[in-house]
Amino acid sequence: MEQIIANGIYLGAQYAMIALGLTLIFALMNVLNFAHGQMYVLGGFVTYTFYGQLGWPFVLALLASCITLAILGALIEKFLFAPVIRRSSREESTMLLAAGLAFLFDAVILLVFGEKQRGVPKIINGVFNWDFRLIMPYDRILICALAILSIVGFILFMQYSKTGRALRALAQDRTAAQLMGVNVDRYSMIGFALGAMLAGLVGGLLVTITGVNLGMGGPTSIKAFMMVMIGGAGVISGAIAGGIILGFLEAIGLAVLSQYGDITYLLIFVSLMIFLAIRPQGLMGKPWG
Amino acid sequence: MPKLNTFQWAGLAAFLFAVFFAVPAFVAASGRTDLYYTLTSVALLSIASAGVWLTFYIGRINIGQGAFALIGAYASAILVTKAGMSFWLSLPLAGLFAAGVAILIGLPILRLRGVYFAMISLVLTQVVTLTALALPITNGAKGITSIPLPGAVSVFGLTLIPDFATLENPRLAFYYTACALMVITFAAMYRLVNSRLGHLCRSMQQNEELAASIGVNIAYIRIIVFAISSFLGGIGGAMFGSIAQSVYPSSFQVADSVNFMLNCFLGGLGYVFGPMLGTLVLYFGWDLLFELGRYQLLVYSGLLIILMLVLPNGLLSLRLGKGGGQGR
Repeated sequence: MEQIIANGIYLGAQYAMIALGLTLIFALMNVLNFAHGQMYVLGGFVTYTFYGQLGWPFVLALLASCITLAILGALIEKFLFAPVIRRSSREESTMLLAAGLAFLFDAVILLVFGEKQRGVPKIINGVFNWDFRLIMPYDRILICALAILSIVGFILFMQYSKTGRALRALAQDRTAAQLMGVNVDRYSMIGFALGAMLAGLVGGLLVTITGVNLGMGGPTSIKAFMMVMIGGAGVISGAIAGGIILGFLEAIGLAVLSQYGDITYLLIFVSLMIFLAIRPQGLMGKPWG
Repeated sequence: MPKLNTFQWAGLAAFLFAVFFAVPAFVAASGRTDLYYTLTSVALLSIASAGVWLTFYIGRINIGQGAFALIGAYASAILVTKAGMSFWLSLPLAGLFAAGVAILIGLPILRLRGVYFAMISLVLTQVVTLTALALPITNGAKGITSIPLPGAVSVFGLTLIPDFATLENPRLAFYYTACALMVITFAAMYRLVNSRLGHLCRSMQQNEELAASIGVNIAYIRIIVFAISSFLGGIGGAMFGSIAQSVYPSSFQVADSVNFMLNCFLGGLGYVFGPMLGTLVLYFGWDLLFELGRYQLLVYSGLLIILMLVLPNGLLSLRLGKGGGQGR
C-alpha cells in the first residue's frame, strides 16, 4: 500500500510536469503540440550529452537542457507557428505543422544521437528501505523532490511575476490582454519557450532514471494528451491534477492488475472515455475553452 | 444534384481514363509492377482519408481513423477465416461493423469539440490496438495470417469477378478494385457535400449553436457523418488486410491515424478531392525520398513544414486562389 502511494507520487510528479508544458502552450496559442514528447526526448539527450558524455555536474547539464529547449521553443514559435497562425484560414492547420515538427525532431534525434537506448550514471547510489514496506532508490526520491520543487516554482512564477501575470492574461483572453497593453507576440514566444523548457527539464530529470531513447516521444505525447484531458485543457491546476491522477492510476493498475497482463492502459483508456462522456471539459476545464 | 459543366466532365473523363487505362499501360510498358502496390495503397488510404475529411467537414478534428481501419480489417479477416464468408460480402460488412462501433463510441465522444475531440480520437486508436491485443478472437499479437485472396463472384453462372488466386497478376486486380472503390467513394462524397446533408454539415462547421437554434438536428447529423467516415475507414482497412493477407494489432497505429489527418490537411480541408491529392503527394513524396536513406525523414518533415509555411490552406488552394478567405 505504502509502495503504491509512493510510486503514484513519483509518477504523478513527473507526469504533471510534462502535462504542464503542453497545457501552457495550448492555453496561450490554441496549439496542440504533437512534438511535446519529442521535445522531452531532446531534453533527455541534451542532459545525456553534457552529464553522461562530457562529465559536467548534473545541475549544469539540467540547466543546459532547459536553455536549449527554451531557445528552440522560442525560435519555433517565432518562425513557424506565428506565421502559420497568421496566414491560415483554419486554426487546425497548426496541427499539421506540429506533426511535421514531431517528425523533424525524430529525424534530428535519429541522426545526431542514434536509435540506441542511452543511460547516464546514477546521481546518488543506495536504496531507501523502510522495513520492506516501502522501497525506493534515493535517486528517484531526489528526482521526485526536484520535480515537485519545479512545479511549485512554476506556479509561483505564474502567480506572482509580471511575465506570469501577462501569460495568464493572454490565456484568458487574447484580445483583452492586447488592449491592456500586453505585447501579445512577445509573450506568446515566451510562453512557448517556457512550455518547451518544461519538457526539456523533465526530460533531463528522467534521463537519470529511465534513460532515454528515440521511441519515447510518441507515447509520451499520448500520455500528456490524456493528462490534459483528465484535468481540462489549458488549465494549469488541471494539468497537475491530471498528471497526479494518471500517475496513481498507473501505479495502482501495475500493482493490482499485473497478473492479468497488459490491460492497465486499456482500462485507463476506457474509463477516460466514460469520464469524458460525463464531463467533456475535464475536471477543471472551461467548457470548450 | 449540381450539374457539372463541360470542363468538369472532361476533367472527370480524363481522370477515369488515366486511372483505368493510362496508368496500367504505363506500368506495363515500364515493367515496374511494384508501382501497382504503391498506387493501390494510395487509393485505399485516400478512401480512409476521405472519411477523415468528412469529419473535418462538420468541424471535428479526427485523429482516430486508424482505429476504424483496424476494426474493419479485423472484422473482414475474422469473417473470411473463421466464418468462411466470401471477401466481397465481408467488405461491406466490415464497413458496417466499423460504422456500428463508431455510432456506439460516437454517442458520448462526439459531444466533445476542438482539441478535446482530437485528443480522444487519438487515444481511440490506442484503445483499439490494445483491445486487439487483449481479445482472444483477434489472436493477440500474433494477428490473423494467411487470409485467402478474394474469391470469385458469379451471378447465374456469369462470372462477374474472377477468383483472385487464379489470376496471373493479382496486383493488377487489386489495383482495379481499389481504384473503383476510390472513384465510387469520391463520387459519393461529392454528391454528399452538394446535398442537403452537405449544407447542414457546413452550417455545423461554422457554428453549431446557431445551426441547432435554426432547427438542425446536430446530434443526429454528427453521428451519421461519423458513421459514414468510419464506414470508409473500415472499407479501406479491410481491403488492406486482404492485400497483405494478414492483420496485426500494429497494422494501423497512431502514426497511421496522424497520417490520415495529414493527408486531409495537405490536400486542403475546403476541397472534396483534397484527401486524394494529399494522399498521393504524401505517399509518393515519402517513397521518392527513399533514395536519401537516413536523411529521408529529415527531408520529408522539412518539406512538410515548408509546405505548411507557404501554403497553410492546403495544396488545392493554389488553384482556387485564397479559398475560404476568412484569414485573420
